[in-house]
Amino acid sequence: MPSLGADMEEGTLLEWLVKPGDTVHRGDIVAVVDTSKSAVEVECFDDGVIDALLVDPGQVVPVGAVLARIEGSAAATGPTSTGLHVVSPVTPIAPSPLVRHRAHELGIDLAAVHATGADGVVHRRDIEGLAHAGPARARVSPLARRLAEANGVNLGAVSGTGAGGAIRADDVRQAMAAPATSQASEPTTSGLDADQRAIAMRNSIAALMSRSKREIPHYYLSTTVDLQRTSEWMRERNRELPVGERLVPSAALLLAAARAAREVPELNGHWVDGAFRPAAGVDLGLILSLRSGGLLVPVLAAADTLDVSQVMALMRDLTRRARAGRLRGSELSQPSISVSNLGDQGVESVLGVIYPPQVALIGFGAVIQRPWAVDGLLGVRPLVTVTLAADHRATDAAIGARLLKTIDRILQTPEET
Amino acid sequence: MTPDQARAMLETTLREIVPDADLSTLAPGADLRSTFELDSLDFVELVDKLSTRAGFRIEEDDADGLRSAEAVTQFLVTRSSHVGQQA
Repeated sequence: MPSLGADMEEGTLLEWLVKPGDTVHRGDIVAVVDTSKSAVEVECFDDGVIDALLVDPGQVVPVGAVLARIEGSAAATGPTSTGLHVVSPVTPIAPSPLVRHRAHELGIDLAAVHATGADGVVHRRDIEGLAHAGPARARVSPLARRLAEANGVNLGAVSGTGAGGAIRADDVRQAMAAPATSQASEPTTSGLDADQRAIAMRNSIAALMSRSKREIPHYYLSTTVDLQRTSEWMRERNRELPVGERLVPSAALLLAAARAAREVPELNGHWVDGAFRPAAGVDLGLILSLRSGGLLVPVLAAADTLDVSQVMALMRDLTRRARAGRLRGSELSQPSISVSNLGDQGVESVLGVIYPPQVALIGFGAVIQRPWAVDGLLGVRPLVTVTLAADHRATDAAIGARLLKTIDRILQTPEET
Repeated sequence: MTPDQARAMLETTLREIVPDADLSTLAPGADLRSTFELDSLDFVELVDKLSTRAGFRIEEDDADGLRSAEAVTQFLVTRSSHVGQQA
């Protein structure tokens, strides 16, 4: 079981996508795991043939447990420690692993489900609507079930605090102690599940951000960058590109951040055991807010080596799959530095909270047309406020200033990217 | 293309991008990006899909003006008549 977050202790195997005898390669998606906050596709980290699957779907196992044995390799599946920081409730746009799992769990044939999604895709509500006739079965521990039966507690009204919203004995005791009205609340598993996920996501953000503010002495810098040249260059490029591949300013901003992080390695890495450890490459964390609420931080691996079209394509792909709840474990690995781009939210600047153990967070606000003095004359220019939140244990403001200046310089010479 | 056809085309496209969009209460002049919380990637997708459906390329300068349902409808009607005449 891979670690998909610093706070993850156990995971539920939802589904195997391979069977014994299958040949697998490094990077193949072999299983879907529920971290209690989101379904994540798990990739194989080695080549070989599946010898045995050691964990059944629905089983909860601790991080580090062996999931399967691969012949022709000494090790078992499960990538090394990855960092899924904060996840959101899954809102499937395509039939996500979660939907497929729910269907399986409830014994429903997906092909026979009427899709209510405009895109002809089966949504979770379609499945749960079908399942409504039969008894919806929440995951309940054996002790919790016995307690509930003995005390006449309606399990449908109990909020589970176990992995994936599973109901534990403590939850039943809690429900017994609570006033009777609480037991009359919505008995649908879907509502319960969505609430559980929202709570788990909130808890995850709370824990990580509290740790950041408790441990990291932040310092903040900010500068205004003229995007005239980048905008003109992009507009020129966009005339040649197919409509769906057009570049947006965010792509240039992300690339500039990645290149600058390479030039200022003091800010690209992690603070571990009281010392800074520079990262080998620039793995740029893209902080995404999802429509359903919550944050997800997929990684653009080796982002400094990409060109702007590649960054654009990756950004589009990661955003789409993050929203569909279909990110892979490797895309949620620990970034070396993160970017918060709040331009689309229309705010001028964002002073971020660093994701430990990273030591810096770059923020971009909205690109806004404003008066700006150029060569002694006043003109109207597209401007963006670029900020840096950095860990004062690892660097001083002079280093931070160098990073912001480098971002500015890169954005003045877009043709070189 | 009639205004009704243009509006229908916009609604179909919006539903693909924001599946739970409530289009019944969408005012003609309301800002599409803020109403449906479209980011710049969503907007590129919207313009791309409209462009494919309408059968002509929508340039970036024109796309910048597609702020509301009214603006989109008007643009599609006007531009499709041009294309029709050229053909």
